[in-house]
Amino acid sequence: VTVTRAASRGGGTAAPPRPRRPGIGAVELFILVLLVTVVLRGWLVGATSSARAQTWLTIFVSIVIQATPFVVLGTVVSAAIAALVPPAFFARVLPRRPVLAVPVAGVAGAVLPGCECGSVPIAGALVRRGVTPAAALAFLLSAPAINPVVLVSTYVAFPGRPAMVAARLVASLVASVAMGWLWLRLGRSEWLRSPQRPELAGLTRGTAFVAACRTDLVQAGGYLVIGGLTAATLNVAVPPRWLHTVAGHPLLSVVALGLLAVVLSICSEADAFVAASLTQFSLTARLAFLVVGPMVDAKLFAMQAGTFGRRFAVRFAPATFVVAVAAAVVVGTVLL
Amino acid sequence: VRRELHALILALLGATLFKLAWTGQYTRYVKPGVRGYLYAASVVALAVAAVTLWQSLARRRVAVPAHTDQGHSDSHHHSDDIGLDDGHGHQHGRFDVAWLLVVPMLVLLAIAPPALGSFSAARSGTALGAAPASNLPPLPDGDPVSLSVLDYASRAVFDHGRSLTGRHVTLSGFVLPGDAGTWYLTRMVITCCAADAQPIKVGLAGTVPDGLKPNDWLQVTGSYTTQQDRDPVNQAAIPFITVTSSTPIPTPARQYES
Repeated sequence: VTVTRAASRGGGTAAPPRPRRPGIGAVELFILVLLVTVVLRGWLVGATSSARAQTWLTIFVSIVIQATPFVVLGTVVSAAIAALVPPAFFARVLPRRPVLAVPVAGVAGAVLPGCECGSVPIAGALVRRGVTPAAALAFLLSAPAINPVVLVSTYVAFPGRPAMVAARLVASLVASVAMGWLWLRLGRSEWLRSPQRPELAGLTRGTAFVAACRTDLVQAGGYLVIGGLTAATLNVAVPPRWLHTVAGHPLLSVVALGLLAVVLSICSEADAFVAASLTQFSLTARLAFLVVGPMVDAKLFAMQAGTFGRRFAVRFAPATFVVAVAAAVVVGTVLL
Repeated sequence: VRRELHALILALLGATLFKLAWTGQYTRYVKPGVRGYLYAASVVALAVAAVTLWQSLARRRVAVPAHTDQGHSDSHHHSDDIGLDDGHGHQHGRFDVAWLLVVPMLVLLAIAPPALGSFSAARSGTALGAAPASNLPPLPDGDPVSLSVLDYASRAVFDHGRSLTGRHVTLSGFVLPGDAGTWYLTRMVITCCAADAQPIKVGLAGTVPDGLKPNDWLQVTGSYTTQQDRDPVNQAAIPFITVTSSTPIPTPARQYES
């Protein structure tokens, strides 16, 4: 906790412009934060020695470490889109009519192996490259849910139940495309902060690529930290026992596992194994867990707010939750 | 310049990931298979940091003569914009979210929190999951034979101990106090990272050593018993093992099963 405070205090004092040599203060402050941490190390270890605090810290850093390679991959891909792909490219490959571009982008999500943290910066880069936001959002939601790695791990986690894989694929795709169309119908462009980056225009490709990597990486990483802190706090604060009191109720159990997916913020490559172990819940409820998790969770919310703005995230995330749960209920009733 | 701060933060990120992968500390937080990805991410972060710092050093060196050279100072100004404006309309004076990335790195370097143990295991129900394929492979050779806690529990619960009867098995894990004085030998199982960790519990019957404390690591040798318990958290079955001998062991390098 103290580290957090020290770092955020640091950011606060780093920000005001220095009259003479702007920004030098931030670098010095960075070094100061490192030194202070070294000096206070013994005290920090003592202050976090309780089992609860250690569990909280372990889950927090685990989420960050686990997600970082995917964030790096997503950043490199999005930087490549920003710096190397010509702006007209996506206009050519995607159908011109947004209504058709949405399902195409949703299906295209299947080619990006990885979990949800990587797809947020990529969706941001797609919007900047002129892809209609509705299609980029369908891609954002479908990519972490329907890529081959996730489907294979679902297959392994539910031995003897291939219908679970089909149900996950169909329900996730339906929910992503529905959200894309919903955005076409109800979305307003002023909710979406789509950062233009004119400053990349005058640079060589290599310099633009490195600049895009750097800004995307520290930004996505920063919001990932907010998400990791939230998820770890919820993970330690919410006692898992309450879940089992609603397991028997057909509708409540679906909503409860949807909410659990939001709270836990598990990587979409791993969530199937957790779902498999929730044996006292119906398959439809567990499907809801698998459909909601890659689309809405505590960690993703922070990252989406960072990329597209808070005004976007507070509308998009709850709507996605409702649509994802509904898709899971319908598909689960038909297929499972 | 904000660009240089970002480069330093990325250098810290890359160095921390490299240290975790190099020392093996990463197995407390993520599954062993992630090591290669951590190295790759660390190399990318360090490379971006190095290129950025090298560019700003080069720019500083030309900055003085650039005052007399109109063309030079123009291009200098251009690239400086990337550093100051990260493309989200941030102004000076607003908190730079990149600072937050320092927090987990300092936690990892200064505190290095341990792998999850009995605190998490007590909160979650034993997670045997769906029944695996009905015919489990025969038990490997060896007397006693070493099994993972997960393997033992699966064989005991789903196969009713058929493949275990008449054999001596060795298990290792940390101990967790249950209700009514029972001790559970426990391992956390992770799929991706510690956020998805779930416990597998096996009850200890027979000669259980005295003076156990939660989180003590123990290696037990024993045989299958039909005794079972219900996990108070999720009512799932917890199998037992009749212990014939046990020894305390140091905490292993890889504490999770996967």
